Amino acid sequence: MSAVVVVGTSWGGLEALGRLFAPLPPWFPTPLVVVQHRGSSSPAGAMRRYLADRCALCVVDVEDKQPMEPGHVYLGPPDYHLLVEEGWLGLSVDLPVGHSRPSIDVLFESAAASYGPATVAVVLTGANTDGSRGALAVRAAGGVVLAQDPEEAERPEMPAAAATCGAEKLPLDGIAHRLLEICPPRSEAG
Amino acid sequence: MAVPVVAGDAIEDLELRLLLEAIYQRYGYDFREYARSSIRRRVWRRVAEENLATISGLQERILHDPEALDRLLLDMSVSVTAMFRDPSFFSAFRRVVVPVLRTYPFVRVWNAGCATGEETLSLAILLREEGFAGRFRIYATDINSEVVARARSLAFPLQRMRDYTQNYIQAGGTAAFSDYYKTYGDSARFAAELSDDIVFAQHNLVSDSDFNEFHVIVCRNVMIYFDRALQDKVIGLLRRSLVRFGILALGQKESLRFSAHAGDFEELDGVEKIYRRVS
Repeated sequence: MSAVVVVGTSWGGLEALGRLFAPLPPWFPTPLVVVQHRGSSSPAGAMRRYLADRCALCVVDVEDKQPMEPGHVYLGPPDYHLLVEEGWLGLSVDLPVGHSRPSIDVLFESAAASYGPATVAVVLTGANTDGSRGALAVRAAGGVVLAQDPEEAERPEMPAAAATCGAEKLPLDGIAHRLLEICPPRSEAG
Repeated sequence: MAVPVVAGDAIEDLELRLLLEAIYQRYGYDFREYARSSIRRRVWRRVAEENLATISGLQERILHDPEALDRLLLDMSVSVTAMFRDPSFFSAFRRVVVPVLRTYPFVRVWNAGCATGEETLSLAILLREEGFAGRFRIYATDINSEVVARARSLAFPLQRMRDYTQNYIQAGGTAAFSDYYKTYGDSARFAAELSDDIVFAQHNLVSDSDFNEFHVIVCRNVMIYFDRALQDKVIGLLRRSLVRFGILALGQKESLRFSAHAGDFEELDGVEKIYRRVS
């Protein structure tokens, strides 16, 4: 696997994720790894089913050591940090970061460390600034950071904070379009 | 506390590998096959706590000051734990594991990665309530001897007891939880007789070999910190330490499914990750 797309969201994120993934084809060449701030009281499988109904990708609830494959969306579980390694995903029960576990910063920073310039980070609607430190790390590693246009986001704080850290602002369907442009087709992948 | 921004960086990667090699060669603790991203975070947190600027700086300090290593080891051992944490696991244990254990005259349990002992004590209380008093022993081990010493004290902050009581009830506990401990200032100390059933010891899953033959091994949220190759080695060690048809219990978001040993086990509870060794 030569690249990874990491997505962070919070309040309002479920609907935004559904709209983000809807235009992507089932052969999308890069795994998409998602962290949403959500409590452990949310019913098991509900998020996975919601997204699976709305997109052509294979949506999976992550277990520790999960291998990453193209055409898949990987959902981090509540109350664990999700970390990107080379070709697989790991979990951690380390302390919350900025009151968040899962932390979007943790996800983004691990992706930047494992994939460097082949990292694409996406920040969607959310009510805090989790993800902006991670955005700095992705950019420092030569990767790309895209943020949902705060003016159309259900909550603007998270993508606005990412934008001040260098993320490019786009409407949701613009993000999907950009992902299709920049993620390397399989024949060119390493 | 500001942790330096971490970037994909060849020099930083080299420094991290050199640090882990240095720790291994100097002290014998082998973190070289721990999952890279999570150990990277823990190392950077230690760099910040020590008021250093680089991982190389931490290596210098650790090589020359064993107490700096102790501080890092403590970082590596501290994790979220509570008595009867994940009550649904303990309910499943009662439902699925206990009936199997009744077939043995004496039950040997290994709690690998026991940290400060909350999980161990929960297992001891559960087994007593299920009628195994005097017929079981739990070997509780952790890589860090200081943490093991704390576990031996059977004492926890009193303010946690309300949460622990909730967990205990949800896990199917049959007694009054407060009957198990006495209050001393702001500490809750659990009954000394509970330690009759438990042996706490230092043991390193990575470098020490298997020991004894157990009926149950509980190793939850320990191997999440290992990379895939190390996890496979450790699962091999756990398998060799189990009697045939012995039980292995992992954390809720762990799985044997991605491991080389998947075929040696069958699933007894697919939600709570309770497995039985079949080969």
